[in-house]
Amino acid sequence: MSQILVVVDHAEGAVKKPTYEMLTLAARVGEPSAVFIGPKDKGSEVAEAVKKYGAGTVYVVDDAELKGYLVAPKAEALQQIIEQVSPGAVLIASSAEGKEIAGRLAIKTGSGLITDAVDLEADGDTPVTTQSVFAGSYTVKAKVTRGTPIITVKPNSATPQEAEGAGTVEEVSVTVSDAAKGAQIVASQPRKATGRPELTEAAIVVSGGRGTGGKFEPVEDLADALGAAVGASRAAVDSGWKPHSYQIGQTGKTVSPQLYIAAGISGAIQHRAGMQTSKTIVAVNKDEEAPIFELVDFGVVGDLHTVLPAVTEEVKQRKG
Amino acid sequence: MKIAVCVKYVPDATGDRHFEDDKTVDRVGVDGLLSELDEYAVEQALQIKEKAESADDVEVTAICVGPEAAVDAVRKALQMGADQGVHVVDDAIAGSDAIATSLVLAKVIEKDAYDLVMCGMASTDGSMSVVPAMLAERLSLPQLTLASKVETQGDQVRIQRDGDVATEVVGGTMPLVISVTDQSGEARYPSFKGIMAAKKKPLETLSLSDLGVDAGDVGLSVAWTEVEETTARPPREAGEIVKDEEGSGAKALADFLAAKKFI
Repeated sequence: MSQILVVVDHAEGAVKKPTYEMLTLAARVGEPSAVFIGPKDKGSEVAEAVKKYGAGTVYVVDDAELKGYLVAPKAEALQQIIEQVSPGAVLIASSAEGKEIAGRLAIKTGSGLITDAVDLEADGDTPVTTQSVFAGSYTVKAKVTRGTPIITVKPNSATPQEAEGAGTVEEVSVTVSDAAKGAQIVASQPRKATGRPELTEAAIVVSGGRGTGGKFEPVEDLADALGAAVGASRAAVDSGWKPHSYQIGQTGKTVSPQLYIAAGISGAIQHRAGMQTSKTIVAVNKDEEAPIFELVDFGVVGDLHTVLPAVTEEVKQRKG
Repeated sequence: MKIAVCVKYVPDATGDRHFEDDKTVDRVGVDGLLSELDEYAVEQALQIKEKAESADDVEVTAICVGPEAAVDAVRKALQMGADQGVHVVDDAIAGSDAIATSLVLAKVIEKDAYDLVMCGMASTDGSMSVVPAMLAERLSLPQLTLASKVETQGDQVRIQRDGDVATEVVGGTMPLVISVTDQSGEARYPSFKGIMAAKKKPLETLSLSDLGVDAGDVGLSVAWTEVEETTARPPREAGEIVKDEEGSGAKALADFLAAKKFI
């Protein structure tokens, strides 16, 4: 069985949940290994975390020389590891950066690329992916037929399963070409932590749209009572009520939580593209003709400004 | 300065998008248009042109790879204000994946010395958002991608990139590849004058042989990925919808959430 490389999704060495999901998927096709591109001194900590989800080898690439530049150096580093290891596939988290790294890597290694997989199974030793396309109206099964399959995987694509791996750390030194240093990060302003779960990883998402009129407190209060993430429609973002990082839809984030609550969102196709694969969908909207009601498991025709606070109270009481 | 803007012709998202028997997207039997997200790239290119000391110093070329009807996407860009268009059309291209599309685009771009290659953040059909990165790789250029703001000064470019964990300012020296998000500023509508002027603008049609691309390197049969099956998702079953009357809606919703074990 060949190794399946999982590129660790992390924030300064703190491993994020999609990593464990990808390791779980990788184990279906081959031997999961992890690639950690980050501060070298966090390598052993990361190895401890990922071995619990079956990672055999943990390749550690120090990012001191890489992190000041956009995307290209990471793609070069991965190319060099692929040449050394000859893996059966490479799995990368489907973030904006992840997809760009994957795009460059595919060209570099002459490999086919599949993005935004929501599931992965094995056909012999070939990974077969499932994708959700056209705003969730079709599912597509596909495989890579050339080179090393490079697959980007969406968050919430699998339930992480614990499995004992060796977690052997192997430090890899990579060389970065001058050409890869052409896009330089000259300033970086970290996002303020909200204290809420990350939007794409959350089990519950409560989001608000035009119908909030800019007043997001009822949305946020319900989210906090449910331990949920807060999202927004494009209309709410375009109005300046929430930053773009909250946007759910075609040009924002795609979420696939257990429960999605849309408040004051009409449900245009662009929004549906970002939430249609949610397991359970609930909507609160004043307009009973709103297209969002075509999608819901449960809908309330009413004013979110009175309904949401009352639901929040009910949730708090019932949770005790 | 020469700016290339890559524009894609996509099926209208509000229409009936579907697959053909060979599991490729039907691009001919449906209404198509310039991908909305590429309009933002055209807009940013035009803004660079308008900010230049003399607009004549900046030449904006819209480039499209796609079937006959895809020329509409180039025309729309010309109507918005691009100076000229290139449409690569060849039967052999049908069914090409992003790998092959980026190859053809790169060959067009290599024909001329472009200072900037501009793209939208993703297409509205395949929505992989990998072509800008692939183009940069093929052209050995830096990428300043997913820009919500673009600023140029001489041959220097700075963009703002609103990432998941941070907002970054990324800088580079031309030539380079830029992709812009829908946050970069509303795209203009073609004016009547623009629509009339577009009819006289040069629009070049190229085949693969014009570009020196082997027809065996593109198209469905040599795609580096293979679609095994496409399945229409069954419509969601109609849910329960209640009207809120004096608090009844909140109670009913809380009951639903409790029954589903969310609380």
